[in-house]
Amino acid sequence: MNNKKKIMEDLIHGIFLILGLITVGCVFLITVYLIISGVPAIRKIGIINFLFGTKWASTAQDPKYGILPFILTSIYGTAGAIILGVPVGFFTAVYLSKVAPSKMRQIVSFIVNMLAGIPSVVYGLVGMMVLVPGIRKLFNIPDGASLFAAIIVLSIMILPSIISVSMTALDAVPRDYEDASLALGANEIETYFRVSVPAARSGIAAAVVLGVGRAIGEAMAVMMVSGNAAKMPSLFQSVRFLTTAVASEMSYSAGLQRQALFSIALVLFLFIMLINATLNFFMKKGDVH
Amino acid sequence: MKKAICSVLFLTLILATLTGCGSSAGAKNAISTDGSTSMEKVIGALGEKYQIDNPGISFSYNPTGSGSGIAAVAEGRCDIGLSSRDLKDEEKKQGLIETPVAYDGISIIVNPSNPVKNLTLEQINKIYTGKIKNWKEVGGKNIRIVLVGREAGSGTRDGFESITKTAGACDYREELTSTGDVITTVSSNPGAVGYASMASVKDSVKEISVGGVDPSEKAVKDGSYVVQRPFMLITKKGVKLSKTAQSFFNYITSKDANKIISDMGAVPAA
Repeated sequence: MNNKKKIMEDLIHGIFLILGLITVGCVFLITVYLIISGVPAIRKIGIINFLFGTKWASTAQDPKYGILPFILTSIYGTAGAIILGVPVGFFTAVYLSKVAPSKMRQIVSFIVNMLAGIPSVVYGLVGMMVLVPGIRKLFNIPDGASLFAAIIVLSIMILPSIISVSMTALDAVPRDYEDASLALGANEIETYFRVSVPAARSGIAAAVVLGVGRAIGEAMAVMMVSGNAAKMPSLFQSVRFLTTAVASEMSYSAGLQRQALFSIALVLFLFIMLINATLNFFMKKGDVH
Repeated sequence: MKKAICSVLFLTLILATLTGCGSSAGAKNAISTDGSTSMEKVIGALGEKYQIDNPGISFSYNPTGSGSGIAAVAEGRCDIGLSSRDLKDEEKKQGLIETPVAYDGISIIVNPSNPVKNLTLEQINKIYTGKIKNWKEVGGKNIRIVLVGREAGSGTRDGFESITKTAGACDYREELTSTGDVITTVSSNPGAVGYASMASVKDSVKEISVGGVDPSEKAVKDGSYVVQRPFMLITKKGVKLSKTAQSFFNYITSKDANKIISDMGAVPAA
């Protein structure tokens, strides 16, 4: 009897273990696969030529595989999105968490969550149909598909994660801190920015890092508005991101070109790992606090 | 005990995954094709007609792109590969054979508001390599030319660049991943010029004549319209097609298929 129970127990343990291992296995498989398929091309091209080459011409007679334009575009694009998106997201979060009446807070939070639920292809479509022609007319340039268009789309796409994570951090600040500040004669706005925000700073930093992660990994929306020409980035020129470099050429690629695309994916993967590590660092710091 | 149960479960899991990946190539009464997205209309119509004439046969087409289709044949993942470009030397070395089934004209398209009606092949070359930068240099308005093209590896891009001798020299402003995207972009920008498969061009853009010849099926067939490329069937030397696939292959390369191919906007090779 007892033995039977034990077998049952072990069986269930086993099943749970396997289910858990599936997730770990997926991450492990993807990592190993990316390294195995990404390293050969880097070796063939040479890591310096690959990472710092300024020319990408994968199907030319004399192919060039330099991904510096993509790396810089991804960095500039993400930085631009952060510069535009963080102030808006941060002040929205402060307003919603501290100032807004509860009805207002409910409605705006609901809408922010809806923004998070819009598929990226929809952002891309609206960007392509409205934003790109708009930029062309507004700045009087030949074509609106540019780094600038991508930055605007990305900055809107990262808003929901920045707002909701910052809000959670601000909500978690103990009411006592604020009461103490108010009791000492500080007014409400002073209290929020001098007391609440510093107390929630690690959570807000985590929100920003999360936004960086979202922006650097986005492919579909930026592909539709950035023009995809493999040139060194400039604000009103057509540019190609790390993600779109992989996505746009993968379907028709062959030989070393395909291997090089996997290498780009590997570089992107390392970037995202780095961002995740940073995120973990901020989260841990928040716990100690 | 726990370990034993775990390993048994794990083995079952692996077996289940492995048996899931059967190969569909070579199955009886089934024809699988894989490749060029530009050939979708033509091969789809041919497959449909063949299925109606020969009930009980299942025809499948996987629109992955010329490169993927060629790779699929080389790896035995499909019966017939579809390519909208000639095989490269390294692909021929793998024992692959190409058979033309049709020819496709590539239209040069501009925004409907653009007054330019005709360009020579040389002008197109100069436009795409960035030597001509403004429409007024070829008789149009004073607007900067915006070059729209397809991504590296696309059959249409390869066809266009090899015909206009601009391979690797195109100074694209936008590289888009589908014919539809090219048409949408050109239709919304007065300075844009692009290229697309003749069969898929819509009224929202204007087709330009090349060297005084309008893009038409007749002009592609008699060779007077020069911007054209082949639609190839790819098979592997030494690999015998199944009876069904061979009879399909014979049918679409025969004169019987000509009407369907022309209905779909391409020019039959037979």
